[in-house]
Amino acid sequence: MTAPFPFSAIVGQDEMKTAMILTAIDPTIGGVLVFGDRGTGKSTAVRALAALLPPITLVEGCPVNSARPEDVPDWAGIETKLTVEAPTPVVDLPLGVTEDRVTGALDIEKALTRGEKAFQPGLLARANRGYLYIDEVNLLEDHIVDLLLDVAQSGENVVEREGLSVRHPARFVLVGSGNPEEGELRPQLLDRFGLSVDVGSPKEIETRIEVIKRRDAYENDNAAFMLRWQAEDAAIRERILTGRKALGDLKTGDETLMDVAELCLALGSDGLRGELTLLKAARAYAAWRDDTALTRAHIRAVAPMALRHRLRRDPLDEAGSGTRVARVVDEVLG
Amino acid sequence: MRSLADLTDPFARALLALDLLAVDPGLGGLAVRARSGPVREALLRPLEQLPGPRHRLHPQVSDEALYGGLDLSATLASGHLVQEQGLLRDPSLMVLAMAERCPDQLAARLALCLDEGRGHVLIALDEGAEPDERCPDALAERLAFAVDLSETPLGHAAAPADRDLDAARARLSGVARADDLLPRIAALSLQLGIGSLRVPLFTLRAARAHAALAGHDEITGDDLSIACALTMAHRATQMPEAEPQDPAPAESEEPANAPDPGDDDGLVLPEELLLEAVAALLPPGLLAELQARKARLGKGSGSGAAHKGNRRGRPLPARPGRLGSGARIDLVATLRSAAPWQTIRAKTAPQRDGLHIRASDIRLKRYEERSDRLLIFTVDASGSAALARLAEAKGAIELLLGEAYARRDHVSLVAFRGTGAELLLPPTRSLVQTKRRLAELPGGGGTPLASGLQLALEQADLALRRGLTPTVCLLTDGRANIALDGTANRPQAGEDAERLARVLRFHGIEALVIDTGNRPEKALKRLAETLDAPYIPLPRADAERLSRSVTAALER
Repeated sequence: MTAPFPFSAIVGQDEMKTAMILTAIDPTIGGVLVFGDRGTGKSTAVRALAALLPPITLVEGCPVNSARPEDVPDWAGIETKLTVEAPTPVVDLPLGVTEDRVTGALDIEKALTRGEKAFQPGLLARANRGYLYIDEVNLLEDHIVDLLLDVAQSGENVVEREGLSVRHPARFVLVGSGNPEEGELRPQLLDRFGLSVDVGSPKEIETRIEVIKRRDAYENDNAAFMLRWQAEDAAIRERILTGRKALGDLKTGDETLMDVAELCLALGSDGLRGELTLLKAARAYAAWRDDTALTRAHIRAVAPMALRHRLRRDPLDEAGSGTRVARVVDEVLG
Repeated sequence: MRSLADLTDPFARALLALDLLAVDPGLGGLAVRARSGPVREALLRPLEQLPGPRHRLHPQVSDEALYGGLDLSATLASGHLVQEQGLLRDPSLMVLAMAERCPDQLAARLALCLDEGRGHVLIALDEGAEPDERCPDALAERLAFAVDLSETPLGHAAAPADRDLDAARARLSGVARADDLLPRIAALSLQLGIGSLRVPLFTLRAARAHAALAGHDEITGDDLSIACALTMAHRATQMPEAEPQDPAPAESEEPANAPDPGDDDGLVLPEELLLEAVAALLPPGLLAELQARKARLGKGSGSGAAHKGNRRGRPLPARPGRLGSGARIDLVATLRSAAPWQTIRAKTAPQRDGLHIRASDIRLKRYEERSDRLLIFTVDASGSAALARLAEAKGAIELLLGEAYARRDHVSLVAFRGTGAELLLPPTRSLVQTKRRLAELPGGGGTPLASGLQLALEQADLALRRGLTPTVCLLTDGRANIALDGTANRPQAGEDAERLARVLRFHGIEALVIDTGNRPEKALKRLAETLDAPYIPLPRADAERLSRSVTAALER
């Protein structure tokens, strides 16, 4: 299997790329929702992200990617204390996946052939400390959505079924993509995504040419193309790592908090998640930009993606909420 | 080599597409729309000669079959682990039969597999008869080619041309492309209103594969126009304008890009010619087709709503059955059914330790689940209603839509006016779309109540077959004056409406009648009784009461 298309080589779609990088710098922002037409590079970006992310350290063979040997769950039956570096997991959650596959279930194979009661971990275990990607998230069946909501909220997956009682950490960044024409997302799930971006297919001919050109080079002259872009990917990876370190030292002034609160109040966003996410995203953005203090410019830059999906919305309102956010940002921040 | 003119024949196009797929599997595949029959067989026969594994998939193919897993029956019989190999493991040619019934879940899995680019090729056989029965969009998007063979007569089926696929495959990576190729493809895709960027990439791949097949060292104009025709014609969403508004930037440098020595009609191919190549293949009724396609966009997660007996809902007692197609084993019940036999079985097979479980012991879990509801809004947009209170009716619908949203119901919209009824929106969960369609709804003309009911009945019937529970919500002033055959005949119109109402009731379809007239209409009340439906006169219903009565009616 060939390496995925390099992240840095994706033409345009800056908002989507920024949003994904922000979640890489601060995973607690809580995921990205990408809504847009087909063939706009949504899946490409997510798969590219996997190659871009800095590797994580984990106990060898641990089903939930634990960082330390003492975190490895008992049911995994792993003796080794050896830790290895592995790429950040990016796990695909296909539509129509069964509940067993998501949460994990009794290992029927072992149960029937050896009479052992063993737990077979599911996708949530594999996604721990990484990314969970759901393509066509708006078509996901409701019972799976409920399950994800619960786990995304608590950061822990609890399995109580078939005589099993297992719990394991499941902290992951939820990345969803979909086409809004095909159905809507439940507000509860919408709210769980930290950032939300809208992508459209590029209308300028130059952009389109560039996309085709790069894709063509990727397919037909892979080695040279990867060499060319791997350096850029490495640069982004470096910046993510520096950003993560810088995040702790970032100063947040009281007036910034004031701005954030005023903004969310003016928009009437539900709950306090809006403020928290906006603040986190702005801090991650400042860290990414290598700035030492949080300013209005940072808030302005991330406000649309952090707030557009949180407005108390009339389900029948069809106006793009991105413009509404931009207007209020202009009013409040001047 | 085939020329462009031959490609007006869909069968020749399909054959060429198969050849190109054999040369470059990265093209994803081909969607064939044809009923099962000799023409389709004639198309699939050459596939037998292709090298590599070939699998036939059906829409209900299980995950175990796709990805492999434990072969439970074999494992139990032999007493040691028997693994099944998944169909998707190795690159293969997959033929998906009845692609129009392919559920979104399977489409997502196959799309993922095609995206990985490991060399899988998918031939989707779409046997749909109705325009909205077709291969899922997520899948069609990833297949470079599509042909419609439903109109192709058998005698027409030409034999595949002689060609050397192995040589073409070897040549593929060496095919060069001129620099001005990309602007052209990009410009053309924009002109045809193709948003997705997968398409121009397919065009480029197809052009390269065609050049390799034809033995060219560089992509020629012919290769390009054939590739455009094959990959873009069926995806066009707008008619290209006669004059391309902004000519591709490359046109000025045409002379500089002298054609390669071997081929002198080479690359000086004007934009219009490319357009012509595609336009020649645009189906004649494109605009009508486009309308239909737009209407189809509203398809929600309908298949997710289908009634599944073994996944979720209230548990029912376990029953014997075979594993597969997503069924879950009820372990305790299985062990219970195997327990009495242990002594006997241990005697017959003394060399085996542990439990003796046979395939016949397996018990599956079953669940009972209520299916999703579909609200079919059947709206009277006739002149009398428009004058009176179409706006208020729209308001009432919006109110109901808000509730439908909260309950996660599907909605669809049927309007009747003039001489007939029209399906404005097929079942969807997208409220934005519903509202947009509703706002666009014009008023005026007669009241063909019977036609409206007829279309609502068709929709309800369709929904029932898809596992949804339909409820017809009729909003009218009840003054039917157009009969089912389109003539202005008031008594006949009333009679037709009554008759259809009886049919609806006979089918056990729930209904709800909202009288939007200024005064409650007696005839409509009678109609509601025939339908066995609650009758709510709008004049006296304020928003809250309407909402309450509708909720009550729906929760019966």
